[in-house]
Amino acid sequence: MSQNHILSSFDEELNTLRANIVKMGILVEEQYKNALIALKEKDKELAERVRKTDRIIDQMDTEIEKQAIHMIALRSPVADDLRDIVSTIKISSGLERIGDYAKNLAKRVMVVRHKKTISVSSDLIDQMVSQIRSMITDVIDAYITRDIEKAIDVWQRDKAVDNLYNSLFRELLTYMMENPEYITPATHLLFIAKNIERAGDHATNIAELVYYINAGELLAHKRPKDDSSNYVEIETD
Amino acid sequence: MNIINVFEEDRMDNAPDEEVVEPIIQTKNVNVYYGDTHALMGIDLDISPKRVTALIGPSGCGKSTFLRCINRMNDTIPTCRMTGMITLDGENIYDKKIDVVQLRARVGMVFQKPNPFPKSIYDNVAYGPRIHGLAASNTDLDEIVFNSLQRSGLWNEVKDRLDTPGTALSGGQQQRLCIARTIAINPEVILMDEPCSALDPIATAIVEELITELKERFTIIIVTHSMQQAARVSEQTAFFHLGKIMEFGDTSEIFTNPKVEKTKDYITGRFG
Repeated sequence: MSQNHILSSFDEELNTLRANIVKMGILVEEQYKNALIALKEKDKELAERVRKTDRIIDQMDTEIEKQAIHMIALRSPVADDLRDIVSTIKISSGLERIGDYAKNLAKRVMVVRHKKTISVSSDLIDQMVSQIRSMITDVIDAYITRDIEKAIDVWQRDKAVDNLYNSLFRELLTYMMENPEYITPATHLLFIAKNIERAGDHATNIAELVYYINAGELLAHKRPKDDSSNYVEIETD
Repeated sequence: MNIINVFEEDRMDNAPDEEVVEPIIQTKNVNVYYGDTHALMGIDLDISPKRVTALIGPSGCGKSTFLRCINRMNDTIPTCRMTGMITLDGENIYDKKIDVVQLRARVGMVFQKPNPFPKSIYDNVAYGPRIHGLAASNTDLDEIVFNSLQRSGLWNEVKDRLDTPGTALSGGQQQRLCIARTIAINPEVILMDEPCSALDPIATAIVEELITELKERFTIIIVTHSMQQAARVSEQTAFFHLGKIMEFGDTSEIFTNPKVEKTKDYITGRFG
């Protein structure tokens, strides 16, 4: 890390901005933890709390955006400062979107009631949530410690989320074909899984931004993408 | 015009960028000493024609010294000594055969403080063409004065008072008068040493707009303390520090992703 700015107030502003991203990241990660508990234990109150917390995350995003615009206007940042501030706006809106998906999960908690579907698929949902939680934690860690290697590692892990999603997609389709009673809960679970898969894409995006801030160039490789659900067909007689 | 044509034209527009441009000025291993002080150390720099090149760096880093080497202004300082080579259009400007007055006609200069002659606006601009014999008649001279004032964006403001003293103009107008005086003798290169540091933001913007227009005809090298100005007007930027060039490259690259730590520290205000 290079030395401080001559204007110490600029450093203070940068630190505040970065600290706010960390706070937001911790909150978003916690949203997934709580949403999953609410889903498994059908905890209506906890689900409601997740929905309310999402509003706080939205406010944080607006606040970070305001701070960043203020800094661009008053500090005329260049080089790594410019990359840092502009990317922070994008990271903040990425986290906000990831948070939205957790809220959506919480919304569906009370609809997904069918015990059998839950018990069979919940292991995969568990794994997806734990993947996305570690991706959020690690990408924020990479952001604050300016760790390029860690950012690349998160970037590569999106593939695992995609694979889990594909398995779950097939499994839920099978359930729905077996018994039409499963259609409602399975569809909701499918949306939940799809949302977590999208959250993984946003976390990957944040990893790319962390790379850009610190390396000064875009991560040039092709994104590791493994969502093949677009190609799955149902066998009918 | 159909879409294919638009794409073709786009490609045509972009084509010249890829060509390798021969530098108009080349400096090789330039060292400058003021007495015992080693002010510039081994400067190698190629300046592209019809571009704006900005020289930035902290006070005392040698950027103005370097600028003054290009039209041999440093010759006037008795303790100043230079080694190395500077070529203009492939010709060594420190060669004994070079007529310094002719050289300075080819390489004009605009200074930090507007310094019009204590003469009329007309005579300020006409002075150079007269002594260099560029006008065959008074009509010719009128035309040169008109064109120069027009190009420097001053004509409409002064056309009714060409016989009033140049020193009566505002600071920004005086600076544009100095630019008109410089371009009146049709130089190849214009050196600008902090041309806007004494001007207010509006006058600065007008001069910057003028620089952008002038680069179609002239090669411009500008020393500036305003990094934002370097970013706004130049295509290429050289960062000087302690008498050396630390980094030279495309301005957009220097300001978004400088390769040298020192450059980054300077432009982001971390110098300490």
